[in-house]
Amino acid sequence: MLRIENLSAGYGSIRALHQISLTVSEGEIVCLIGSNGVGKTTTLKTISGLLRPDEGGIYFDNRDISRTPPHKIVEMGISHVPEGRNVFPRLTVRENLELGAYARKDKAQIKKDFAQVMETFPQLAVREKQSAGTLSGGEQQMLAIGRALMSRPRLLLLDEPSMGLAPLFVLGIFEIITEINRQGTTILLVEQNAQLALRTAHRGYVMETGRIILDDSAAALLQNERVRKAYLGE
Amino acid sequence: MFIQQLMNGLVLGSTYALIALGYTMVYGIIELINFAHGEIYMFGAFAGLILVTVLKVPFFLAFFLAMALASLLGITVEYLAYRPLRRSTRLAALISAIGASIFLQNLALWRMGAQPYTFPSPFEPKVYQTAFFTISRVEIIILLFSFLLMIGLSLFIQKTKIGKAMRATAQDKDTASLMGININKIITITFAIGSALGAAAGVMVGIYFRTVTPSMGLMPGLKGFVAAVLGGIGNIPGAMMGGILLGITEVMGAAYISSQYRDAVAFALLIMVLLLKPTGLLGRPTQEKV
Ligand SMILES: Nc1ncnc2c1ncn2[C@@H]1O[C@H](COP(=O)(O)OP(=O)(O)OP(=O)(O)O)[C@@H](O)[C@H]1O
Ligand SMILES: [Mg+2]
Repeated sequence: MLRIENLSAGYGSIRALHQISLTVSEGEIVCLIGSNGVGKTTTLKTISGLLRPDEGGIYFDNRDISRTPPHKIVEMGISHVPEGRNVFPRLTVRENLELGAYARKDKAQIKKDFAQVMETFPQLAVREKQSAGTLSGGEQQMLAIGRALMSRPRLLLLDEPSMGLAPLFVLGIFEIITEINRQGTTILLVEQNAQLALRTAHRGYVMETGRIILDDSAAALLQNERVRKAYLGE
Repeated sequence: MFIQQLMNGLVLGSTYALIALGYTMVYGIIELINFAHGEIYMFGAFAGLILVTVLKVPFFLAFFLAMALASLLGITVEYLAYRPLRRSTRLAALISAIGASIFLQNLALWRMGAQPYTFPSPFEPKVYQTAFFTISRVEIIILLFSFLLMIGLSLFIQKTKIGKAMRATAQDKDTASLMGININKIITITFAIGSALGAAAGVMVGIYFRTVTPSMGLMPGLKGFVAAVLGGIGNIPGAMMGGILLGITEVMGAAYISSQYRDAVAFALLIMVLLLKPTGLLGRPTQEKV
């Protein structure tokens, strides 16, 4: 479904990604793990079109999308939940969710999906008219995920959904991620919480300083000596 | 006397408010002070004048046509003078804005000459007398149109899909684009609306003071900018409030202090408000930016 080939990207003269390659197949959860500043977020930004690659290709359904602007990429079926607090703080919860469906025209189905998101995240339902900036960190994360689902993505890019959340909350979010995948959405998950990410994903890639150094099934990576030492704290 | 001045201030202030909206909307989206906005206002006045006097278009139709033409001019200015500099420094864009302003003013000077034109009165002048104040037909039209435009804008921003997209874009452009919003399209719409409102003010001031000149955008442009900053730049209700407050203060200053100081009063008000509240009346304490 998604194929990245020898992709290099960066910020001005700073190069953050060096010739990375990865693939995500239909139906999978693939995770990308690595420490701070290795280029995980940069990878997602390049896929969703926020960043133009310097070289290499990004193929979605075999179409090169490396020069496609972000709003067109959403229409093609890729939705990106960016890192950190990225809800629109001065819009209400409802307005945030409505914007998630901005590219869609099927009003009746949008209504149903809205109800579905409210059911998945009951905390959001009670705060429908509240401005998103007043939500707690965990609620904002739910809103960001719910908003991404409102575009009915085929591929969901998640950037550190566990960041800054209480452990119990994190488990809840990951259960929901698994459930979203079970209902047919392919997921590329970026996480620093390698343990949890590898338990949730089918396959994983390990990144160090802008390069992918390992890739394997999640089960194999959990057993890998190097991964255990560096990322699982063993 | 006081209520009369208040009414006069309200009329003047509502035109400032319309101009201020153009500054504040553009600033809210791309953080640029569109210095050419005063010239868009001037262009609107000339467009209205030419439509009415040369092409004999009925006034109200000319009013809306002038707004539409100014929208096109605003879109063109953005496309030619600001869009190529989107990724450059803010200073570069600001200098380009000043350049666009000077260019448009000189274009008008070249085509129209420096002499003032008289805007013919579109209707029978009539003055209504109430217990507390007198008000002319033109003033009623200005108040009515300004408030209708402001209410219309507020509804558009609050209720429509494009309005929501504009608010989202003002808050966080990258995330907005991830929603499927075409940022360039939103910027174009913003310039179109801001310019149309500026032109509406230009035509109304044209029929109010009855003169139109190529340099007429200078002072009102500056006042509109002051009003936008007064209300908190980037904030739409703030621009409306700032404009009306500025108009009233100016008229009061002229009436009770000295009419020679009316412009000074406007800037004194700005300095006072900014000393007390640096982000303007309705400005947010800190601008959160991702
Ligand atoms: N806007 C930017 N301008 C310049 N350099 C940047 C920018 N964003 C990121 N970088 C640099 O690019 C490199 C990769 O950053 P990136 O955000 O992709 O890391 P990450 O793996 O997501 O880290 P984290 O786990 O901390 O989120 C880092 O060295 C970072 O300093
Ligand atoms: Mg990151």
